[in-house]
Amino acid sequence: MTLTVSNLHTHFFTRAGVVKAVDGVDFQIAPGEILGLVGESGSGKSITGFSIMGLIDDPGRIVSGSIRLKGEELVGASEDAMRTVRGNRIAMIFQDPMMTLNPVLRVDTQMVEAIRAHEKISKRDALARCRDALGMVGIPAPEERLRAYPHQLSGGMRQRVAIAIAFLNEPDLIIADEPTTALDVTIQSQIIHEAQSLCKRTGTALVWITHDLAVVAGIADRIAVMYAGRIVETGDIDAVIDTALHPYTVGLLGSVPTSNRRGERLTQIPGMPPNVMNLPKGCAFGERCPRRSSECDAEPLITEPRPAQAVRCFHPHGQGGKL
Amino acid sequence: MTTPILETRNATKRFSRTLDFAAKLAQRLGANVSDETVHAVDGVDLQIMPGEVVGLVGESGCGKSTLGRMVAGILPPTEGSIVFNGVDIAAMDAKAARKAALEIQMIFQDPFASLNPRMRVDQIIGEAPLFHGIVSRAELSDYVDDIMRRTGLDPSLKRRYPHQFSGGQRQRIGIARALAVKPRFLVCDEAIAALDVSIQAQIINLFVDLREELDLTYLFISHDLSVVEHISDRVVIMYLGRVVESAPIADIFDAPNHPYTVALLNEAPRLDQRNRNFQPVKGEIPSPLDPPPGCHFHPRCPHAHARCSAERPVLREVAPGRLSACHLND
Ligand SMILES: Nc1ncnc2c1ncn2[C@@H]1O[C@H](COP(=O)(O)OP(=O)(O)OP(=O)(O)O)[C@@H](O)[C@H]1O
Ligand SMILES: Nc1ncnc2c1ncn2[C@@H]1O[C@H](COP(=O)(O)OP(=O)(O)O)[C@@H](O)[C@H]1O
Ligand code: SF4
Ligand code: SF4
Ligand SMILES: [Mg+2]
Ligand SMILES: [Mg+2]
Repeated sequence: MTLTVSNLHTHFFTRAGVVKAVDGVDFQIAPGEILGLVGESGSGKSITGFSIMGLIDDPGRIVSGSIRLKGEELVGASEDAMRTVRGNRIAMIFQDPMMTLNPVLRVDTQMVEAIRAHEKISKRDALARCRDALGMVGIPAPEERLRAYPHQLSGGMRQRVAIAIAFLNEPDLIIADEPTTALDVTIQSQIIHEAQSLCKRTGTALVWITHDLAVVAGIADRIAVMYAGRIVETGDIDAVIDTALHPYTVGLLGSVPTSNRRGERLTQIPGMPPNVMNLPKGCAFGERCPRRSSECDAEPLITEPRPAQAVRCFHPHGQGGKL
Repeated sequence: MTTPILETRNATKRFSRTLDFAAKLAQRLGANVSDETVHAVDGVDLQIMPGEVVGLVGESGCGKSTLGRMVAGILPPTEGSIVFNGVDIAAMDAKAARKAALEIQMIFQDPFASLNPRMRVDQIIGEAPLFHGIVSRAELSDYVDDIMRRTGLDPSLKRRYPHQFSGGQRQRIGIARALAVKPRFLVCDEAIAALDVSIQAQIINLFVDLREELDLTYLFISHDLSVVEHISDRVVIMYLGRVVESAPIADIFDAPNHPYTVALLNEAPRLDQRNRNFQPVKGEIPSPLDPPPGCHFHPRCPHAHARCSAERPVLREVAPGRLSACHLND
C-alpha cells in the first residue's frame, strides 16, 4: 500500500466549540491507483488532505489515528521530517494553482528549486527535466513557458504548471484538492487526461478530491464518499455508482441529472448536512435518512456486505431492500 | 405562428477599455498599446417561444451572462435589439418599459450577494410587489407567505435576515423575490452553480415545478451540460460571443452538428462513463480581446480548412428546428 489512513481524527478547538472536521477516517491507496474522495462542502475532504500533508495549524490538531506512507508513520513525525516528505514523497495540488506558485518568480526558477530541494543535480539537468515535465502536461512551447511568470499564463496553464511541479520528483502520492473545479469543461478534460496518464506512467497514487461525482466516475478506480467527517461508503467505482449501499450515496447519485432520466424529477435529499460542531447522536445522516430506524441512534460501524465495498450503515441498500 | 415572447436581433455588446493618460503617452512615444475592445456578444439572433425553457451553454467568458443581462434589460446592447412580445424594448414608452421590466426577472449565481443583508426576508420578497401596486398593504403578509410556501420556504422564518439561512435557502429567497412581481420570463444565470449537489437537485426540481404552476418561460444559463439537458427544451451553445448551434435537447445530445458542440459533449464528465480515456480537444479558449478571424473555433477544430480562417460561418438552419454555424454544412 502506498498510503494507509486509519481511524484519523482531526479536530479544531475553536472558541465556539470543537469542530470535528475529520472524525474517524479510514482508507488505503495502492501504487498507481486513483481514489476519488467525494462529499459536499464541509464534509472534511480538504482537512483529510491537509492532515496527510502535515499541514494542520492551530487551533486544529490530529487528535488520534495513524497515517502510514509505505509503512512509515507520519502522525507525530517532526516538522523537519514532514518537510522532506512534502514535495518529495507527497505533493499537493490545490483548486487555486497560486497556492503552489510563487507570483514573483519565473516558472523555471520555481521548478528547478523544487527539484534541487530534494536532489543533488546540476542546474542544466534540472532544467531539462522541467522542460520535459511541462511537455508531459500538454504545455505547448515549454521552452518559452519556462521563462514566463505565473501571471502571464492562463488559469488552465497555471494549473498545468502546478501539476507538473507535483509530479516533478515522481512522488509516491499526490493529493489533488478540487484541481479542476475552477476550470472550463474542455480544459478540465485535458487536465484529467494528463493526470491519469502520468499516474499510470509513474506509479504515483492519486487522491482526487471533488464534490463532482461525474468527474470521479471518469477518473477514479475507487471512490470514498464522505459525510460529516467520516467515510460512509467506499469501493470500486463501478460497484459504488451502479449498486450504492449507503442511503446518502444513493441520494447523491439520484440528485445528479443524467441523460436516462431526462426531465424526470430528481431525487431530493431532504434537509441539509449537519453542523459538525453539533452532530446528532448516532448516525450523522439520520435526520435526512429515509431508512432510519431506532437502531440508528447508535453509531453504525463499517461492514462489508459485498466484496471490496464497505459501508457505514445499519440498513444498507441491496440487502433485501430495494435499490 | 405564435410570436416569440422574447427575441434578440443581432444583439451585440462591446466593452471598450480606453487608454489612461500614461498609456496614451506611451502610445505617442511609439509603444505598441491601443484601445482594447472586448466583443463580449457578437451579433446574436435568438428566439424564445412562450413556455419554452432554453438552456444557454458555453465556457467561461463566452458571453452568456452579458447576453442574459441584455435580455433582462439590465444592460443596453451596443448594437441590435431586444424584442419582448413583439416590441423593441428600446422603443417602448415609459409605462410599457416598466411593465416589461417586471415581467422579465433575473436570478443570479450568488444568492448572498444579491440579497440586501439589512432587510428581513418578508421585506426582501414584499418590497417590489407593494411598490408596484401588485398587492395592497393589507394583503401583503398573506401574499409573502404564499410565495414563500411555493418556493419551499417556511413562512414562520419570514422575519429573519439572509445571513440566517443556508445557501440553498438563500437561493430560494432570490427566486421568491423574483416571483413576487409575477414575471412571465426568468433569466437564470448559473442559478444553482454555487450550491451543493443535493441542494442543487432541490432547486432544479423547484424550477421545474414553478414552470408548470406559473406558466413561466426560462432562459437557463449554465456551464453544466447535464443540468441544462435535464431542464431545457432547447439548448443554445455559445463560443466566444457567438451562437454556434441551437437545437431541441434530444437532437443535440443524440447528434450534435457543430464540431465545438461535439467536443463539449465528449468532454463533459458523466456518471455513466467510467474510468474513461479522455480525448480532449486541443488548445485554450482564445482571448475575446483578439478572437481568431473567420470561425472563432478554427484554431482548435479538428475539421478546420482554409475557408474557416477566412470567412465567418453564418448560423443557419441545417434541419427543421436546428441551427448551426459551420462551413461543413455547405
Ligand atoms: N463590464 C465589463 N467590462 C469589460 N469587459 C467585460 C465586462 N463584462 C463582461 N466583460 C467581458 O465580456 C466577455 C463575456 O463575459 P460574460 O460575463 O458574459 O461571460 P460568461 O459567458 O457569463 O462567463 P462565465 O461562465 O465565466 O460566467 C468576457 O471576456 C468578459 O471579460
Ligand atoms: N481552521 C479551521 N478552524 C475551524 N474549523 C475549520 C477550519 N478549517 C476547516 N474547518 C471546518 O472543518 C470542516 C471540514 O472542512 P473541509 O475539510 O474544508 O471541508 P471540505 O469537505 O469542503 O473540503 C468544516 O466544517 C469546516 O468549517
Ligand atoms: S445508519 Fe440508519 S440513519 Fe444512518 S444511513 Fe444507515 S439507515 Fe440511515
Ligand atoms: S467552420 Fe471550420 S473551423 Fe469552424 S467549426 Fe466548422 S469546420 Fe471547424
Ligand atoms: Mg475543500
Ligand atoms: Mg457568467
